[in-house]
Amino acid sequence: MKIIIVGCGKIGTTIVENLVKEGHDVVAVDRSPEAIAEISNIYDVMCVCGNGADSDTLTEAGAERCDLFVAATDSDETNMLSCFLARRMGTKHTIARIRKPEYNDKSLGYLCQQLELSMAINPELQTAHELYNILKLPSAAHIETFAGGSFELVELWLKSDSPLDGMALSELRRRYAANFLICAVQRENELVIPSGNFVLRAGDRIALTAAPHEIQKLLRQLGILQKQARNVMILGGSRTAQYLARLLLTGGNSVKIIERDRDRCTELCSDLPGAVLIQGDGAKQEVLLEEGLHSVDAFVALTGSDEENILISIYAASQKVPKVIAKVNRSELAAMADKLGLDCTVSPKKTVAGILTRYARALHNTEGSSVESLYRIMDDRAEMLEFRVSSGFPYVNIPIVELQKNYGLLPGVLIAGIIRGRRTIIPTGADCIQPRDRVIVLSADRRLGELSDIIQH
Amino acid sequence: MNRRMVFYTVGRIALATALLLLLPALVSLIYREPCGWSFLVAAGLSLAVAAALTFLSRPKSQVIYAREGFAIVALGWLLTSLLGCLPFILSGEVPSFFDAFFETVSGLTTTGASILTNVEALSHGLLFWRSFTHWIGGMGVLIFIMAIIPNIADRSIHIVRAEMPGPVVGKLVPRVKDTAKILYIIYIAMTLLEIAFLLFGGMPLFESVVHAFGTAGTGGFGVKADSIAGYSPYLQWVITVFMLLFGVNFNLYYLILIRRTRTALRSGELWCYLGIVALSTGVIVCNILPQFGSAEDALRHSAFQVASILTTTGYATTDFNLWPDLSRAILFVLMFIGGCAGSTAGGLKQSRAIMLVKTVGREFKRMLHPRSVSSVRFEGKPVDEATLGSVSTYFAVYMICLFAVFLLISPEPFGFETNLSAAVACFNNVGPGFGLVGPVGSYSAYSGFSKLVLSLAMLLGRLEIFPLILALSPGSWIKK
Repeated sequence: MKIIIVGCGKIGTTIVENLVKEGHDVVAVDRSPEAIAEISNIYDVMCVCGNGADSDTLTEAGAERCDLFVAATDSDETNMLSCFLARRMGTKHTIARIRKPEYNDKSLGYLCQQLELSMAINPELQTAHELYNILKLPSAAHIETFAGGSFELVELWLKSDSPLDGMALSELRRRYAANFLICAVQRENELVIPSGNFVLRAGDRIALTAAPHEIQKLLRQLGILQKQARNVMILGGSRTAQYLARLLLTGGNSVKIIERDRDRCTELCSDLPGAVLIQGDGAKQEVLLEEGLHSVDAFVALTGSDEENILISIYAASQKVPKVIAKVNRSELAAMADKLGLDCTVSPKKTVAGILTRYARALHNTEGSSVESLYRIMDDRAEMLEFRVSSGFPYVNIPIVELQKNYGLLPGVLIAGIIRGRRTIIPTGADCIQPRDRVIVLSADRRLGELSDIIQH
Repeated sequence: MNRRMVFYTVGRIALATALLLLLPALVSLIYREPCGWSFLVAAGLSLAVAAALTFLSRPKSQVIYAREGFAIVALGWLLTSLLGCLPFILSGEVPSFFDAFFETVSGLTTTGASILTNVEALSHGLLFWRSFTHWIGGMGVLIFIMAIIPNIADRSIHIVRAEMPGPVVGKLVPRVKDTAKILYIIYIAMTLLEIAFLLFGGMPLFESVVHAFGTAGTGGFGVKADSIAGYSPYLQWVITVFMLLFGVNFNLYYLILIRRTRTALRSGELWCYLGIVALSTGVIVCNILPQFGSAEDALRHSAFQVASILTTTGYATTDFNLWPDLSRAILFVLMFIGGCAGSTAGGLKQSRAIMLVKTVGREFKRMLHPRSVSSVRFEGKPVDEATLGSVSTYFAVYMICLFAVFLLISPEPFGFETNLSAAVACFNNVGPGFGLVGPVGSYSAYSGFSKLVLSLAMLLGRLEIFPLILALSPGSWIKK
């Protein structure tokens, strides 16, 4: 598929990287010659230097014969304009990064319709949603939701005092009556799809899938359920912070934002009447302590600097704040933060890359059952995909055991859940896939485009 | 330096060479010549080298950087030259190593300078191989490998940059592999078209193929002692036009293919190139008219020679050594300029020449108005300072290397004109020079050492100096 990406900042470069890995023909457009030179050295893409909202540049990039156009510059207006132009020139699908809060309300639908946008992405809003999910269930290091919230994936670190330490999965299932599945375990940088006799150990990172209430039940039984974070301190008044505060305040939580810049404080104040705004330097421990770091349920570091977020989060964790989350954009820093004991980080880049990869894959496979959602889990070592089974899917009503026996499922692929109407099924060998089901699949090393890809041909 | 990846890729080049050597073996079979065996033995040896390199250095990581790109290209070309000269030696038709190496390098670098005193005595297999190396070397050995082998290396753009001539290397389509494929498809199509035109003019099939290869790579090896002089005016015109076509940036052909002809025709480099051709031809016609009876003859010979020298092909329809001094001087200058960037031609390249002239103009302006701020524009876009800097550096290094080659071969007793033109003609991948090394002469009189120096000069010229020098300098290999 031919894809043009305008704007090669942090988000744009991540999108380029992911789509090149997916095997698409990518053209990168940016105004800065340095950014373009860097991209052309690293990725196998064509580079065009110019303004993405200029029709000459778009012609040079080949917008007439383009399947997907993504505008991810830092200006919303440029993104809208270049998407609009590309669409007029004949691009089939356009996606714009639109992140200003004033566009991201009721007017967004109208905007998308008028500009014929296929999708608007807002990394900050996506990140805020991700953060909000984690704050609702602070025991988790990472949460993804599927099928409109009726199915969840939760990543947990097994601490040394965990009752699961040394327990085999078959025993675990017998002892706890909950209906769940441990679909992947990460142990010392290795990803394992565990079988029944796999024994868990402290230090493992496990991916758990189940319906949300089942997860709550299991965590309660394990004694590691932390109550929802009601009192949240946010460091940095970025857009993500603004969206997160909005979500938290709507849910009736109390929010305190610490921001250095006075004007930004005033701005936030008028937008978020319920929040407490503190103007001060959050990097100073004195400020944090004075504002009650010890009494909050959760601390979220959302400044623009990865390093600052990591360091202050480590300090907050050392002050026994129950839940600490840091926004870390650079993946190499995220890996280091892991080693320093910061178990929970979020990255807007990763979230957006997941969304776009899903979109591109769904476009690629319009036949049969397409990808509804796609998440990278366990530090990008595996993918979780949600498919909707269409009538064209040839393997319906065959028990999974039979599927495995007669057709063979790919190694490294696991059917983690089937959602049928309102029912959530954690599949056993006897279950089968039916038309109109939603099927959640974990894939360790393959790129799945549609559901029938899990069958060995 | 990712040495394993370098040697592994060089192994792939040896493998490709082995495959390429089978084609002349087939030609020998058709003509029932005994030299066919030498090709098979050479192919077998190449295969052994390829196997050794591939198995001994399995790369741990596929990632390469600019450094590895230079090393791969330089070592790959040296290895292909060494393997390619085996058939000449094994068949006994060119027994000396220096001669065989010179001839092969001259073929691969599309120079067309020959040490043979009698071309017509050579067997068909070797004649074919000589011209086939032109064809492969013209577009590039590694570009060829990239087009056929999937995913040769991560970041293979560094290899393309090191092999493709020109100040700025751009891609036609997002992926390097597809770009390489498109380039070769255009190249093959144009070569076939030329073969068809030559056949139509009554040239025998073998000669048509050989001359089409020589023209396509802008090389200049032929099968006749008098080059193209013995062929009909129609054939001479066909070759003139195709030499000019192969001297044009291939990106323009791609633009025409995707129906953006107007963008292609707006290329400043193209018009500058055609302008130089028209102007030089015009002046030379006036200058040589007294020597030739008819205006048609004078026009044809001057156009042919201008196209041949400017695109650094090196075919000749007449001995231009006998032309007046003005005409010879013009041809000498054309040797330096060369064809367009992104073509198969050698020399300094049109785009570099244009940028150099414009930079000089800007410097003059700056001397008059020290506070003036101005940018150099090329193809409607401002050129960034880094590119301008590298163009100026390239020119300086180019002149230094040229003088070094000239000084190294100057002990030979052939006179100033012969030695200087030999250095210039080899370094710019033209082929024939003036004096003893003119279109009817050969390089056979030079000593083994001078032939080696000239061979290296040809490689330096084809790879645009930096890859070879950087790959052979210890600094790129020593771990620090």
